[in-house]
Amino acid sequence: MGGARRIVGRAFFYLLVAAIVVYTVFPFYWAIVSSLKEGSALYRVEALPPDPAWGNYAAIFAQQNFGRNILNSVIVAASVVAISLFLSVTAAYALGRIEFRGRKLMLLTILSVSMFPQVAVLSGMFELVSWLGLYDTLGSLVLSYLILTLPFTTWVLTTFVRELPKELEEAALVDGAKPFTIIRKVFLPIMWPALATTGLLAFITAWNEFMFAITFTLSNAKRTVPVAIALISGASRFELPWGRVMAASVIVTVPLVVLVLIFQRRIVSGLTAGAVKG
Amino acid sequence: MSLVNRVAVAVAIAAGALVGRAEAATVSVACGSVGAEYDFCKQGAEAWAKKTGNQVRVVSVPKDSNEQLALYQQLLSQRSSEIDVLRIDVIWPGLLAQNLVDLGKAVPKEVVGQHFPAIIEANTVDGKLVGLPAFTDAGILYYRRDLLEKYGQKVPTTWQELTQAAKVVQEGERKAGNSKIWGYVFQGRAYEGLTCNALEWIDSFGGGTIIDDQGKVDVDNPKAIAAIQLASSWIKDISPEGVLNYAEEEARGAFQSGNAVFMRNWPYAWALSQGPDSPVKGKVGVTALPKGGPDGKNTGTLGGWQWSVNRYSKNTQAAVDLATYLASPAEQKRAALEISLNPTIPALYEDKDILAKNPFLRELLPTFKAAVARPSRQTGARYNQVSNSFWNAVHESLSGQAEPQQSLAQVERVIQRLNRRAAR
Amino acid sequence: MEAVRDRSELLGAAAAAEASQLTRQRRRWAWIFVLPMLAVLAAVAGWPLVRTIYFAFTDAHLADMQDWAVVGLENFRLLAADADWWTSVLNTVRFTVLSVAIETVLGTIIALTLNAHLPGRGLLRAAVLIPWAIPTVVSAQMWNWMYNDLYGVLNHVFLALGLVEGPLAWTANPDLALTAVVLVDVWKTTPFMTLLILAALQMVPAEIYEAAKVDGVHPLKVFWRITLPLIRPGLMVAIIFRTLDALRIFDLPFILTGNSRATSTMAIYARQQLVEFQDVGYGSAASTFLFVIIGIFTIAYITLGRVRLGAGEA
Repeated sequence: MGGARRIVGRAFFYLLVAAIVVYTVFPFYWAIVSSLKEGSALYRVEALPPDPAWGNYAAIFAQQNFGRNILNSVIVAASVVAISLFLSVTAAYALGRIEFRGRKLMLLTILSVSMFPQVAVLSGMFELVSWLGLYDTLGSLVLSYLILTLPFTTWVLTTFVRELPKELEEAALVDGAKPFTIIRKVFLPIMWPALATTGLLAFITAWNEFMFAITFTLSNAKRTVPVAIALISGASRFELPWGRVMAASVIVTVPLVVLVLIFQRRIVSGLTAGAVKG
Repeated sequence: MSLVNRVAVAVAIAAGALVGRAEAATVSVACGSVGAEYDFCKQGAEAWAKKTGNQVRVVSVPKDSNEQLALYQQLLSQRSSEIDVLRIDVIWPGLLAQNLVDLGKAVPKEVVGQHFPAIIEANTVDGKLVGLPAFTDAGILYYRRDLLEKYGQKVPTTWQELTQAAKVVQEGERKAGNSKIWGYVFQGRAYEGLTCNALEWIDSFGGGTIIDDQGKVDVDNPKAIAAIQLASSWIKDISPEGVLNYAEEEARGAFQSGNAVFMRNWPYAWALSQGPDSPVKGKVGVTALPKGGPDGKNTGTLGGWQWSVNRYSKNTQAAVDLATYLASPAEQKRAALEISLNPTIPALYEDKDILAKNPFLRELLPTFKAAVARPSRQTGARYNQVSNSFWNAVHESLSGQAEPQQSLAQVERVIQRLNRRAAR
Repeated sequence: MEAVRDRSELLGAAAAAEASQLTRQRRRWAWIFVLPMLAVLAAVAGWPLVRTIYFAFTDAHLADMQDWAVVGLENFRLLAADADWWTSVLNTVRFTVLSVAIETVLGTIIALTLNAHLPGRGLLRAAVLIPWAIPTVVSAQMWNWMYNDLYGVLNHVFLALGLVEGPLAWTANPDLALTAVVLVDVWKTTPFMTLLILAALQMVPAEIYEAAKVDGVHPLKVFWRITLPLIRPGLMVAIIFRTLDALRIFDLPFILTGNSRATSTMAIYARQQLVEFQDVGYGSAASTFLFVIIGIFTIAYITLGRVRLGAGEA
């Protein structure tokens, strides 16, 4: 193949990467720029603010217990992910590997839980939460978020389990391994991409959820990040202190980015090691 | 005081103190999200707590009023006692009346009589007073004094004059190089704010208030149609097309950055436009909204919030006491001085300190007195549906998708249908 | 493949009984494994969903939740006669088709890019996830700000580049509004598709690519003939969930364009009935109708797309 062709191909490739990065990151860059502005400066369009207003960042933490809100979000999201993944992995093995009657119906039923708009489920969920005495606690959120994450994690993991090569499992079965061991020793190690991806997506879903969070928590000590951001207000009811809201969003996105950086290696480790020979 | 009287007073105080201590209650109050209003409210509530020996818990609710309503409805419909005192919007009494305490019975008549009668009436649902006014708001007109002077225009007293003046200034400024400037910005998005704007147009032309005091719907009349027709002519002429998605903040942004000659907004925008970094500082004037012609009237949609008490509260007595305290002249004066909230007590509009701080309150008093209320009282629980069909109809007229006459006729049909369904 | 056939022959008729005993045991295990997840899901979702469907057949009203009557199919009849409802259905379907199509294509392209060997790959992957990581309530407002016709950065850039003559009213112009909403949704949700497709790509063994390279197969052909079929299951699931979410979308169009009829979606309609109009019966009926529509979509999709629901056959 011609060297020129390869260079053009490479150049095109890097251009594509650049375009993707600009498209994805530009609004976030804009958010950072806006977070460093105050008052009327927000209505001007400039690439970099002439005098950055770091005060916005300080103000959020001063105005409300934002650190506590972030901690609450972390606790809730992590719990939801842990519970969802645990329940889904065990279920996925059965749904993806074992032929049993009613499996198709079961999968469709699980999917159907995700077919209702959140607003419809709100009142019923509120009753459930009150009845369990969980109102205004983090437990209410952990419980209610499961309705959002379980169908998704179950289906995705089932699909991935189904695509795993049969030989591995059969070899283990012939060796007389119990199903639980099969899951633990055979499947889990090679399912890291699926687990990490699903876990990350479920984490972000729980992190960003707003409707349940605003309805089931009342005291600031129990509130999560999206609610805290919805509370940010300025000198009057109408005013939307945009700079401060942007500062809060920047603060909130950073831990997620860090989380991805930690787990992204997991996302891409996989069968490339060649677990299946021949 | 004679000895007998002194002893009597002492005994009364002692007894009161004893009773107070025995009944120390924890009252929770929701008065807004975080920020200046929250801090202010907290101070007031804690002062009350100290005075009466109770405890108070201040809860913050979302900034957006829709979200607040959704939250209150959720809690109240489940008969929750989580929040004892809530601050409700002026259009919510009809929606929430069933779940609120009748303050007309619990609060002395003199206290209720201190406030603007129009607001008290707006808070009365089927003879039941469900809210004590906290502060009030009304739509007003902002204008660029410097630009009007520059082009020799006087402050408009009718909408027609405003259209004219806006055109002149807009064209002049555009020729001079400011290509982004527009004549008039307002709230044209399809939401409650548009109902406020459109009601002002219609009322200023003498076209009624959508539903009259007796509950009869009357919005498909020539004056109302003329009002909406004029408003529709503004789009892309003196108002940018984007105004069809402007809420309060977008309009303020346009005006404050110097890109609009006139703006309709609530009084809150004044303080912000005079902020230290505002490009229009010192160049802004405010006045009542224009009339709809020589035989129209000045008007402004009534806004504002009220203190209500949850019917399912576990400490109704204390809650009512707190609500009364927060609505008192002293608190309202403090609010006017510290966070520029407009009082609902006419006497305070002659208070020297308040006028010194907010001089234009004197000009706004007639507007507040004559403020037109949205038909929330007459429609009760169906207010949101009525408002929704109204603002959708107006929005369609403004965006040129329908003729004003058609849209308003449609509104009448919808409201009548709602009334029929409710009567069943 | 060889090993399996040998094994089957080995088993033979005599061992068939033992095999079926194994199968029965596996089936029992299957139920034990699925039960915890099912139990939790039923506990959490059971009451809310049943309650919603039940209220759809009543005339319950939020103002007085103690006094309602069963009205049968009345709500559904009214719903079917409401032009606004069908407008929202149409809006939602248009939005979904556009959104999911663009996100799938874009997501695949980005996933393939991220799959390749690049310097700074990790950082790139983290960067690509940012839109999904920002809360919707924030990103919707952010784009609203950027879309503003007077001081929005988008119009500023477009004007500077000479792409348009005058500022566009992205969210106000009824013709542009849906496009504006789709653009934001694509920006926000492509990372979701990207990540799932990337995970599917990771499960494809590297040997296959090496073999194709050795055989000198054109990269595009590699994609169509080899990669795509292999990631098909994962891709299908991603599309299903993306479609479900798109059909139920509420936050984005609500914050960008409010209650405007032109961009109202089914969920916005349902919420308006439930929360703003306090009509619990009618709103629940709308939600149930929405559920039915989504159900139809899903079943059609699974049937037409021949999405396999069977257990891991090769």
